[in-house]
Amino acid sequence: MKSRFFLATALVATLGTSPAFAQDKLLNVSYDVARELFEALNPVFAAHWQETTGRTVTIDQSHGGSSAQARAILEGLPADVVTFNQETDIDVLANGGLVDTNWREALPNGASPWYSLPAFLVREGNPKGIEDWDDLAREGVQPIFPNPKTSGNARYTYLAAYAYALATNGGDDAAAQEFVGKILANVPVFDTGGRAATQTFAERGIGDVLVTFEAETAGIAESYADQGFVRVTPSRSLFAAFPVAAVSANTERNGTIEVANAYLEWLYSPEAQRIVAEYHYRVNDPEVAAEFADQLPQVELVTVDDAFGGWANVNAEHLSDGGILDQVFVNR
Amino acid sequence: MISLAHPIRRKRVLPGLSLSLGTTLLYVALIILLPVVALVLKGAAIGPERFVAIVTSPRTVAAFKITLLAATAATIINALYGLLMAWVLVRYEFPGKRILDALMDVPFALPTAVAGLALTALFSANGWFGSLLDAAGISVVYTIWGIIIAMTFTSIPFVVRTVQPVLEDLDPALEQAAETLGASPFTVFRRIVLPAILPAWLAGATVSFARSLGEFGAVVFIAGNIPMKTEIASLLAFIRLAEYDYNGAAVIALCLLAIALVLLVVSNILQHWASRYREANR
Repeated sequence: MKSRFFLATALVATLGTSPAFAQDKLLNVSYDVARELFEALNPVFAAHWQETTGRTVTIDQSHGGSSAQARAILEGLPADVVTFNQETDIDVLANGGLVDTNWREALPNGASPWYSLPAFLVREGNPKGIEDWDDLAREGVQPIFPNPKTSGNARYTYLAAYAYALATNGGDDAAAQEFVGKILANVPVFDTGGRAATQTFAERGIGDVLVTFEAETAGIAESYADQGFVRVTPSRSLFAAFPVAAVSANTERNGTIEVANAYLEWLYSPEAQRIVAEYHYRVNDPEVAAEFADQLPQVELVTVDDAFGGWANVNAEHLSDGGILDQVFVNR
Repeated sequence: MISLAHPIRRKRVLPGLSLSLGTTLLYVALIILLPVVALVLKGAAIGPERFVAIVTSPRTVAAFKITLLAATAATIINALYGLLMAWVLVRYEFPGKRILDALMDVPFALPTAVAGLALTALFSANGWFGSLLDAAGISVVYTIWGIIIAMTFTSIPFVVRTVQPVLEDLDPALEQAAETLGASPFTVFRRIVLPAILPAWLAGATVSFARSLGEFGAVVFIAGNIPMKTEIASLLAFIRLAEYDYNGAAVIALCLLAIALVLLVVSNILQHWASRYREANR
């Protein structure tokens, strides 16, 4: 009897005090290979949020191909924030009325708190002598990257190779198409996402060079240390932005505007940037960038805007159904 | 006296026909019909010209060819092996039979993507089977053979599980009688066993084929996914979705659905035929 009474009072006490444990909830919908990065970031933000507001926050993560994720949000996945690897997928949400159309101006650096670039990972001792994009078009070299149609990661690879060809042959489009056509023809298997391509290369032993974000190549080299993979940075590559945005239509409904914006702004703080840099992304914070500078090789980076006149152009000319990618991809 | 109060009507476990049927139909409408109708409407909204353009584009045609070819091959393998498996499970007693019987359901329960990954690991050049095949100059992974293997794996239980009960129902006395009348083992199989199991066997093979057509998870890991060569129809639909091309995806899915529906109708007719055959034999 006594114990039951205690239980009841304990229950009433818990219920009575529950408003004091104001719980914030966030759903961060993100791209495939960012699982570990956000697993490292989220608890630190939660602590920061507790410190500054006295409130606790639980952050749920959802990872997948960034186009598939954007589609899920369009169809009702209640994401509060998106952290993608491609602007077009946020633009799709903006066109759908879920994200403010001026999302790029909402945060510094075009709303991209960090960046990376397509780079290479080769087998121990680099037996095929792969140094730059030209080597990927060589006969007998098998590059591994996912299908550019289903993977944002591989779209950067395709565009980086294309931009490299344009830069090295004086802007000749026909020659650039032939060049990327050769690279695509060398690919023995197209996985649907970045992680599957990693498995193909590292676990299955297929291919000579894995092409993926520089941050990912470093991570793989670490997790498969016994295989002695070597990271190779090409002489030029494409600036890959990792844009973030609040899904304002959902944050308004979920009452998470404040915490969602605080989360995104916090990603620019030195504390967050240091974690991001430890995961081998290139960061914008000058001090943190300087700390990690000796780990990241110099590389000439072009942006999508400079090389292709912006994502709208890329979508219309390259990625649309029947566009240049389809032509070189299908006729490989 | 009590039996008079309750007339001849047999008591049913579930409440009346109207409620049972109503619930069933509502369930079917919500779970099966609605998504199918949505798909048809999405596919139909784009107009006949664009529909034909999508279906007849070389890439779509190639994807359908590969899918149908691999599904046919997988179905033939399953029809033969599934029949043998069902025969062994029904007619013989041996240690481990129950385990073998339970194993037959694994492809039903296993997530297909996991199956695909496991098969790829086995058959890749550094895998257990793959290294032997590779030495013999045969590559399975990232060719149509990989697609066939994945489809075979995920659809084998359909044949086994449709043939098995029919074989169990078959009275061994019939076969013994035939033998005593001097029939050879082959004649016994051809004249007694085969006619009895044929409808169920064909029905199982049909469902196995339908399942193979739509298989995605297992296949994309082992197929190579190279356009015009090893790209299956359901992957192409997936790719269209990634391009936000809902219509393109719906059209391809609709074609797969149409083929599967025809097959399922055929399978139902066969099963109906099978049950009548069994009734007649009673």
